[in-house]
Amino acid sequence: MAIQFILNGKPQSVDVPANMPLLWVLRDTLGMTGTKFGCGMALCGACTVHLEGEAIRSCITPVSGVAGKKITTIEGLSPDRSHPVQRAWIEVDVPQCGYCQSGQIMSAAALLSQKPQPSDADIDDAMKGNICRCGTYQRIRQAVHRAAELHKASAGLIRLDGAEAAEEERDEQSVEVGGAA
Amino acid sequence: MSAGIVTGIDRRGFLKTGMAGAASLIVGFYLPGRIEALAATPAGAAPASLNAWMLISPDDSVKIMIDKSEMGQGILTALCMIAAEELDCDWKKIHTEFAPAAKEYFNPAFGMQGTGGSSSVRSSWDPMRKAGAAARDMLLQAAATQWKVDKSACRTENGVIYHDASKRKLTYGSVAATAATLPVPQDVPLKDPKQYRIVGKPTKRLDTPDKVNGRAEFGIDVRRPEMLYAVVARCPVFGGKAASFDATKAKAVPGVKNVVEISRGIAVVADNTWSAMQGRRALDVKWDEGANAAATSESISKLFADQMSKTGAEARKEGDAASALSGAAQKIEAIYEVPYLAHATMEPINCTADVRADRVDVWAPTQFQTMAQGTAAKICGLKPENAFIHTTYLGGGFGRKAGTDFVIEAVETSKAIGKPVKLTWSREDDMQHDYYRPASYAKIAGGIGADGWPVAWTTRVACSSIMEAWFPGSTKNNLDPTSVEGIGTLPYSIPNIYVDYVRTEPGIPVGFWRSVGASQNGFFSECFMDELAAAGKKDPYEFRRHLLDKAPRLHGVLELAAQKAGWDKPLPAGRYRGIAVLEAFQSYASQVVEISVDRKARTVKVHRVVCAVDVGRVVNPTNIVMQSESAIVYGLSSALYGAITIAKGRVEQTNFNNYQMLRMDAMPVIETYIVPSEEKPTGAGELAVPPLVPALCNAIFAATGKRIRRMPIRPEDLA
Repeated sequence: MAIQFILNGKPQSVDVPANMPLLWVLRDTLGMTGTKFGCGMALCGACTVHLEGEAIRSCITPVSGVAGKKITTIEGLSPDRSHPVQRAWIEVDVPQCGYCQSGQIMSAAALLSQKPQPSDADIDDAMKGNICRCGTYQRIRQAVHRAAELHKASAGLIRLDGAEAAEEERDEQSVEVGGAA
Repeated sequence: MSAGIVTGIDRRGFLKTGMAGAASLIVGFYLPGRIEALAATPAGAAPASLNAWMLISPDDSVKIMIDKSEMGQGILTALCMIAAEELDCDWKKIHTEFAPAAKEYFNPAFGMQGTGGSSSVRSSWDPMRKAGAAARDMLLQAAATQWKVDKSACRTENGVIYHDASKRKLTYGSVAATAATLPVPQDVPLKDPKQYRIVGKPTKRLDTPDKVNGRAEFGIDVRRPEMLYAVVARCPVFGGKAASFDATKAKAVPGVKNVVEISRGIAVVADNTWSAMQGRRALDVKWDEGANAAATSESISKLFADQMSKTGAEARKEGDAASALSGAAQKIEAIYEVPYLAHATMEPINCTADVRADRVDVWAPTQFQTMAQGTAAKICGLKPENAFIHTTYLGGGFGRKAGTDFVIEAVETSKAIGKPVKLTWSREDDMQHDYYRPASYAKIAGGIGADGWPVAWTTRVACSSIMEAWFPGSTKNNLDPTSVEGIGTLPYSIPNIYVDYVRTEPGIPVGFWRSVGASQNGFFSECFMDELAAAGKKDPYEFRRHLLDKAPRLHGVLELAAQKAGWDKPLPAGRYRGIAVLEAFQSYASQVVEISVDRKARTVKVHRVVCAVDVGRVVNPTNIVMQSESAIVYGLSSALYGAITIAKGRVEQTNFNNYQMLRMDAMPVIETYIVPSEEKPTGAGELAVPPLVPALCNAIFAATGKRIRRMPIRPEDLA
């Protein structure tokens, strides 16, 4: 049975079993491998994507649960690494092996969309579900704060609601927080 | 557990140098010429190959072939920095490609192509510099010939060749095709390090941009036309095998295409990974559990304990430790023990294989290309040169991806079904079928003289041999250097030392785990040093400093760590600290760990880790700092949570809920300091793992007065 949802701003239809986790639909059915498999039990956060702007673990989310809804993956966060979280990640040199970073970035983007100026405690709370075996946590913390600064510096141009950039004219200077696409 | 791991490689070449840090040394060097597979005819837009690592295109882009596996340790960037320094090319025009398996890329530390033992910078430093200098010389010569001037009248700068006298210039790209036809010059002089403009400068990683938008391709992301997806059911007991199986229910799962028996289990093949996993769940298998079905962590611990009365293979003997011990004013003795540990790379184990009649292609996050190649070729009955290894990014390696088990499974499955197959391991597969950091057991004794300084040290270690498991016959006199590294190498000026090793094989597969033997022996030796310091009523830092009089580089990192941590200044109330210092893979590290303990809640909080390292000349300081942070977290996870336990011959842990990792909310502040050095560069990927555990336990002793002698730290240790 075909299941429809909005993937990174575009309508998507897949003909897969209803209980197939969104993770495997993305990776195997649609070939979007930026979202990673880590544990299959929502324990590590590597598979984090946004469902209506909220961070969810796609490895335990049946695809039927996202029917008719908006999903944003790492590929849809920005077309050009311009999302403040991506810019901050590059500036602070966060990734090592990089495998968990799609999930880290999606969790951080969701955090900033809800709390544009997060405290260390907010970061602990939002990011503790994402394991990094390379131990990049110190840089992640620094980069989340940096992303918040980047966001603040361009105040007024940033949408915090996870709106769909692909559906609207994209302002050259604008950046999105919270996983648009 | 050893069978089939090594196939088709020159074992003698490996043996000559060994894998263990202490045993490895760089032997020989030759400058490989162009690799035929890469040397596209230098015409049109095709890149011209100047040597095995450097290709230059007419548009001036420089391709560096990366012959080490990038698993997070930053080697891709470091190799480019070394190459670019001598090649004098434009850093912004560099791009990279992972090298194929070829003898030109053999790591002189191993005698085969592979990444491990913190050997990459150490082993590539000379070859990469020489290759860069030779390539630059060829480009200079090509320009000089074109201008009909002498090469010595020309110079290079940032990818451009200048003849200042005639104010002419040519870019590298415009002469690369001609340069590539010139003979490769030998012994081109290398730069004076004072002129370095890239090496030693903090440099951003080249792989970061592709790691923030999902573009970096890991092994698990490989997709091939008509590819199917496989998972394998393996006997849960080590050494067991399938007695029989019934695939009826598995084949009834939608999407499942095939169920085939392979040497390591039963492969379930489907049109997506999830269906394959569902199919495996439905599979009926009767296992023949074999000889290990009764093994437990307790039985293994007892097996080790029973070895303590035996005499082991001598690893170190200085003076007469037994007599000195019995004549000492004070004698202390302790048993230390660590469990098995899983690597738990974030990218689960995987491999994609496409077996054809005349060739086999393997896409894998492998640390050992030569072993992957030999393994694939042997299974297919092909020559190694017809096995093509495509190395991807590795989502963590830590030694785990040196194995060929995943290559075997993928190649056998593809061969059986005649289609390209991507094999994926679940996290449960990964945790229960790893090559574990060996569980180890040590009895240590120390004698203190009347003046409070140590007069004797003895240690007996019992654990599995990694080297014998992976390279049977590679150790001499039953002494595996990896089993005692970090304690047999005790650097302190103690007049009488005796260390021996009793090889003990409980039947659990073991392998190289980030920092290898030093991961447990560093805990044993540096915690026992603390015990000796306390027995001798000395400050733990001063005690070590005094006894490192013959180990200047350890002495250096120890002093730097203590100074930066403010060892001479009092801590705020409720804070405690511990110190440790260790050599690993010819590099040196010391750490001061600052903690508080809530004895009611039985918890410890790590607030700050100060780390000082000496890795010789630094290629990329940014990366040294990143690797220290990474290694400290790796060590901390093992200390706080790390235990793979055995019951009924199988691993009890399954996933990150019962094999936990450090998370953001427990992350301490880490400060890293680098000792300036002009010694040869050495590795940093594993260096900072070993000191963390002992420094932490020594801090807990400072807080509680209790010694922690087994890992991981348990709540009762903190009461």
